[in-house]
Amino acid sequence: MATQLIKGNTAVVVGALYAGCDSFFGYPITPASEILHEAAKRFPQAGRRMVQAESEEAAINMVYGAATTGRRAMTASSGPGISLKSEGISYLSGAQLPAVVVDIMRAGPGLGNIGPEQGDYNQVVKGGGHGNYRCLVLAPANVQEMCDLTIRAFELAHKWRMVAFVLADGVLGQMIEPLRFPETSTTPVTDVNWAVDGTAETRLNVVTSIFLDFDQQEAFNRLLQDKYAQVEAAEQDSEAYRLEDAEIALVAYGISARIAQGAVDAARAEGLRVGLFRPITLYPFPKDALREFVAPGGRQLVCVEMSNGQLRDDVKLAIDCACPVHLVNRMGGNLVTEEDILARSRELARSAGGRE
Amino acid sequence: MNQLPPDVPAPYPVIDPLECKSCGRCVMVCPKKVLELGDELNARGYAFTRYKGAGCIGCLNCFYACPEPNAIKVHLPAKET
Amino acid sequence: MEQVVQTRGLYKTFPRKGGAAQTATHYCPGCEHGVLHKLIGEALADLDLQDRTIVISPVGCGVFAYYYFDTGNVQVAHGRAAAVGTGISRTQNNAVVVSYQGDGDLASIGLNETLQAANRGEKIAVFFVNNTVYGMTGGQMAPTTLVGSKTITSPEGRDPVQAGYPLHMAELINQLRAPVYIARVSFSNMGKLRRARQAIRKALEIQRDGKGYAFVEVLMACPTNQKMNVEEATRFVAEQMEVEYPLGVLRDRAAEAVPIVRSESDYAKETLDRIFSLDTDRAPDAQLTPDAPTFRVKMAGFGGQGVLSMGIILARTACQAGKFVSWYPSYGPEQRGGTANCGVVMSGTPVGTPLVTASDILVAMNRPSLEKFLRDVKPGGLLLYDAAMGEVTPPAGVRALAVPATRLAQEGGSARAANTAMVGVLAALGGFDLPERAYREAITCNFAGKDAVVQANLAVFDHARAWALEQELP
Ligand SMILES: Cc1ncc(C[n+]2csc(CCOP(=O)(O)OP(=O)(O)O)c2C)c(N)n1
Ligand code: SF4
Ligand code: SF4
Repeated sequence: MATQLIKGNTAVVVGALYAGCDSFFGYPITPASEILHEAAKRFPQAGRRMVQAESEEAAINMVYGAATTGRRAMTASSGPGISLKSEGISYLSGAQLPAVVVDIMRAGPGLGNIGPEQGDYNQVVKGGGHGNYRCLVLAPANVQEMCDLTIRAFELAHKWRMVAFVLADGVLGQMIEPLRFPETSTTPVTDVNWAVDGTAETRLNVVTSIFLDFDQQEAFNRLLQDKYAQVEAAEQDSEAYRLEDAEIALVAYGISARIAQGAVDAARAEGLRVGLFRPITLYPFPKDALREFVAPGGRQLVCVEMSNGQLRDDVKLAIDCACPVHLVNRMGGNLVTEEDILARSRELARSAGGRE
Repeated sequence: MNQLPPDVPAPYPVIDPLECKSCGRCVMVCPKKVLELGDELNARGYAFTRYKGAGCIGCLNCFYACPEPNAIKVHLPAKET
Repeated sequence: MEQVVQTRGLYKTFPRKGGAAQTATHYCPGCEHGVLHKLIGEALADLDLQDRTIVISPVGCGVFAYYYFDTGNVQVAHGRAAAVGTGISRTQNNAVVVSYQGDGDLASIGLNETLQAANRGEKIAVFFVNNTVYGMTGGQMAPTTLVGSKTITSPEGRDPVQAGYPLHMAELINQLRAPVYIARVSFSNMGKLRRARQAIRKALEIQRDGKGYAFVEVLMACPTNQKMNVEEATRFVAEQMEVEYPLGVLRDRAAEAVPIVRSESDYAKETLDRIFSLDTDRAPDAQLTPDAPTFRVKMAGFGGQGVLSMGIILARTACQAGKFVSWYPSYGPEQRGGTANCGVVMSGTPVGTPLVTASDILVAMNRPSLEKFLRDVKPGGLLLYDAAMGEVTPPAGVRALAVPATRLAQEGGSARAANTAMVGVLAALGGFDLPERAYREAITCNFAGKDAVVQANLAVFDHARAWALEQELP
């Protein structure tokens, strides 16, 4: 096992290479650019391909082409670029092509700024493009997971023939932490059942997303929804921290979850029964585990996010509004603070009956 | 019309009446004017092109000018050696 | 033996089309899309390329090209064919990529992708149908519409003041260096059709040989939207389009062009381990020591003072010593010229937030940084500041030391290593209890491959540390 101190964005490239990613297509944007830089350096060293595309639209369509051939392909960007990629992501989903997209979120809307935010949640988790599609969404909270979840994203993308997102933010992209390198590397195998790779074996295949016939298009949509139902049953993932006896669960992903974890410790030190529920998959949302937590009743949730309640809305949906769901949030490039979370936790604990 | 001696096998076009969309491109490009649009309609509702039955020189103009992949074939006799 | 000349390279029937007429195309009567399909199919068959070929169907009337071509097929988003072709060609070196696009698709919405792929010299044969209108959507004006031509969206005729002039794609692409072959053809008489057939073949031979980008613009009318019969359509092409868009081979470098070969992927773990230097550059795994104190260190200064790498050296030292550690910088354009800062957290347990809001130690290399971050230093915390900024009165409870970092660096032998001098001072006074070996490893690793720089920085580190050990902290 080898450990190195590595930037989150670099860890994505490490994960991609060990996962057998063949090609990277990107366009510069802060705070995701180091992924492009690192790919430019590392991909060719392993005989893999990297193209600096003319735009994010071109990049995602290059991914579409590479994915058509059955190879593992990826791109990375931040909000403004993800908006441009949305068309391609819808097409990838319509053609059931596997691909990995990394979003290192920054503040928006519009040009916003380059500070960290989590405002792309709806765009990425709900689908920013047109049509009834979903993408797998994995939310790393440290540099190790930037690598490990990139690897998992490739595995899931190819297992389900879906787009898999790694949804992180400026802090995770820019920070440096120790990374334990992967113990194995993957040699991907082209699935000749659907790929079109310019060989006799796949000559009869076609990659497309059109069904002119309404009923066929509907049948395809139903097939997609069936697949998503299977994904929801099989791939939910989350992590609990000091949740067993908690009365208040903070719900947070990514960098917000790390800040929330600090707040949990501080709250516990004051005798407050606070825990943390951290979704690792945002789609599928880990609703089973969260429902289990709220089932006994008398519990409260506090969503901690760097967005305008986008996560909170999903949490409410996940638990069918079975308990109060509160919001502690910041936006615009600011991070939530432990103090804010702690203050809200105290307040809620007090109003819930003076429990300590 | 340039009549070939009867014992020499002649080239000839075969037009699939069903596949013809009656656009007239072949009629327009045939140097021998041996193709014509008929009055009869095919199952898809088009008045398909017909070969007049003689005079084809096998230039292939009609084959290449025809946009429908399955509408025209041209038979060329074996070359004399 | 009798020879039967018939369509090749296309499927015999078109089951993907569905419906009743699965042997006919979906194209309107008289539309020359079918002619072009037949010519491309014939060339692919003659050149024995069907197994290797992937045809890209665009958005436009050619959207269902995949009903017909007996090759691998992919349908793509409006205008993006060139980018998709790039992705295919880059990953499948041996693939023959054929892109079939209309003028709305290629010259309007996809103009950027078109020109950029051409400029990169991608291995793609592009067949560009210039029919001067948007066919599929009902005859709107295209970038190629002739001046004065009436369309639904130019009901009075294309007015160049409003809508510019017809876009000459072949000429535009001819401005670029990379393309191997560029031609403009039409089918407006049989001689021209035969030259078109040659051009199509040439473009595909270039793909067969992997030589790069080939562009064939094909002039045709849209009989349906232009409300023309085939004779009028043919005359329109010959008498109007060909005047605006002269036919010919604009470039043919097929003979000189050399095949482009893309690399083969290497998936071996050993290769990757070597690329990342895992044999030499490796740190121990962190040891869980819950009783060890956590330090949150803030470092700030001008961009260019080495503040960020000072933080990395400290983080690396802690990492070498088996601590849990994180480093988080200010990032983006503000680094340039402005101020830069970073936070280092080291701990005996996994690091929660990597942000350093309340700091145990502040290292300030200039006054703006000092003013910005001093109030965040915890009571009992430590401030190290560059002596060059003059006297500083710290808040009550904060211990402060002026460090002549630049002088120490100079004395140590490397004037540029003021940041390393600060690390030396931190080693002496920070209270981290990290072994000296770890600092040396971190400095060595930070300047890996530059031996002289490593030695100079180690010397500065030693000198500054020795200086610091003699200082009295308040
Ligand atoms: C993003 C997007 N915008 C618009 C359309 C609608 N659309 C379909 S075909 C087409 C025009 C195609 O024209 P052209 O490329 O000239 O091909 P032709 O139909 O003439 O063969 C348009 C605008 C679309 N499918 N996608
Ligand atoms: S092959 Fe030539 S001569 Fe014969 S029918 Fe066709 S166009 Fe006319
Ligand atoms: S609309 Fe025009 S371009 Fe499209 S198939 Fe019909 S004639 Fe051809």
